[in-house]
Amino acid sequence: MQHFDTIIIGGGPAGLEAAARLSKFDKHVLIIEKDPALGGKLLLWDKLFPDFASSEELLHQLIENIKNDNVKVSLNTGIKEIENEGGLWNIIDNHNNKYSAKALLLATGFDVFDASRKEEYGYRIYPNVITSVDLEKILSGEVSHAEPKKVVFIQCVGSRDEKVGNHFCSKNCCICAVKQAIEVKEMYPNSEVYCFYMDLRMFGESYEELYRKAQQDYGITFIRGRVSEVSPTYHGQVQIKAEDTLLSRPIRLTADLVVLMVGMEASEGTVEIGKKLQIGGNYDYFKSKNQHLADNLTYLDGIFVAGTSKRQMSIPETMKDAAAAALEINNYLN
Amino acid sequence: MKFGFSLNTSRTIDLDKLDKKKQESFTDDIPTFKRCFACGGCAATCSAQQHTDFNVLKCNLLFRRGEFETLEKELEKCMLCGKCTLVCPRNVNTRAMIIKMRRTLNTKTNL
Ligand code: SF4
Ligand code: SF4
Repeated sequence: MQHFDTIIIGGGPAGLEAAARLSKFDKHVLIIEKDPALGGKLLLWDKLFPDFASSEELLHQLIENIKNDNVKVSLNTGIKEIENEGGLWNIIDNHNNKYSAKALLLATGFDVFDASRKEEYGYRIYPNVITSVDLEKILSGEVSHAEPKKVVFIQCVGSRDEKVGNHFCSKNCCICAVKQAIEVKEMYPNSEVYCFYMDLRMFGESYEELYRKAQQDYGITFIRGRVSEVSPTYHGQVQIKAEDTLLSRPIRLTADLVVLMVGMEASEGTVEIGKKLQIGGNYDYFKSKNQHLADNLTYLDGIFVAGTSKRQMSIPETMKDAAAAALEINNYLN
Repeated sequence: MKFGFSLNTSRTIDLDKLDKKKQESFTDDIPTFKRCFACGGCAATCSAQQHTDFNVLKCNLLFRRGEFETLEKELEKCMLCGKCTLVCPRNVNTRAMIIKMRRTLNTKTNL
């Protein structure tokens, strides 16, 4: 049995930032990550909103920050058991290694909504319907794609939608669509780019400015109306139908590429651990003790939460939340 | 003496004149209609809307704003196929909403 001050489950931005902070407090930390690499969902994005920062550089910095004797990392590792014994949290991983720690930080993150659940949008049926995650690969050059003449973004795919059981707004996809629409225009300057939205939620610093830039400098067309269906045309394109809710008239458009702005959901790991420890809340996200006063604490002594395992967050929010969690844990350990 | 012009009636929606009672009796039966966020999904999928200016979402708004006279004429155009109900992301029972509105307002195509 190896002993640590804190075990962090999840090696995404939240887990990494919390580990870096705790190591500065001279605490011994173990990060357990189920994937073969650190970074979590950061690995799916090329550039970040709203400043087009490189996610690769951010990840590099986050990993640099944990390179010290206080932090151990265990990759390709799942959790088999979590148990409390006399105030200590004991963990058995899927390789049957045993660890224990006084504090456990859950940073199990989110999963991207599976767009094929919204059949009417034709994801995995028509090849020119892709998700925002797929688009990142085209933008980064990892995947090549024929130059599209017309590109349509559809927002709120899997979010704010009772039909798929997600009432919540995923919060990040609006601004992500604005970012990606600009990037598409930069990559294909001759393309027409449309964005179908229900609301545009530009809540963060300089988001509204980016939206204005998208309209004014990049000529991106924003249309208020939820797309009801995507259907194929004889020429291998797709046609989308919506209601222009501002003009009160149906609107249709043929596109070469449709990008579905997929939202967030509690990750598999979050759901599983939430059930195991009975700290699951709304939509299977972890429930913190008090959103205002004790947002990194749970109802279990010694179990802390950070980042998108709790609710939808942007990366800067996640980093702050992780730093706050590290502070709480340090107080708890001392 | 005739001057050749007359007063135009105001286009303003006057919420002060809203018939709350009519609305409330409706709301009790179809509470889901209150949570429509005007996304237009229902209208976009409506078969009647391709060729007429019928608009489910607008019916909802007209009712909520107390524009009953305009609404009454609108309601006649609905074929009650229920396609709209299938797509609504807020699970508004749009079909039931139209039927109930027709009853409440004694529309010609009353059921
Ligand atoms: S952030 Fe925008 S696109 Fe995403 S769910 Fe919220 S309103 Fe919809
Ligand atoms: S689909 Fe539902 S939420 Fe959208 S406008 Fe129609 S009734 Fe309202």
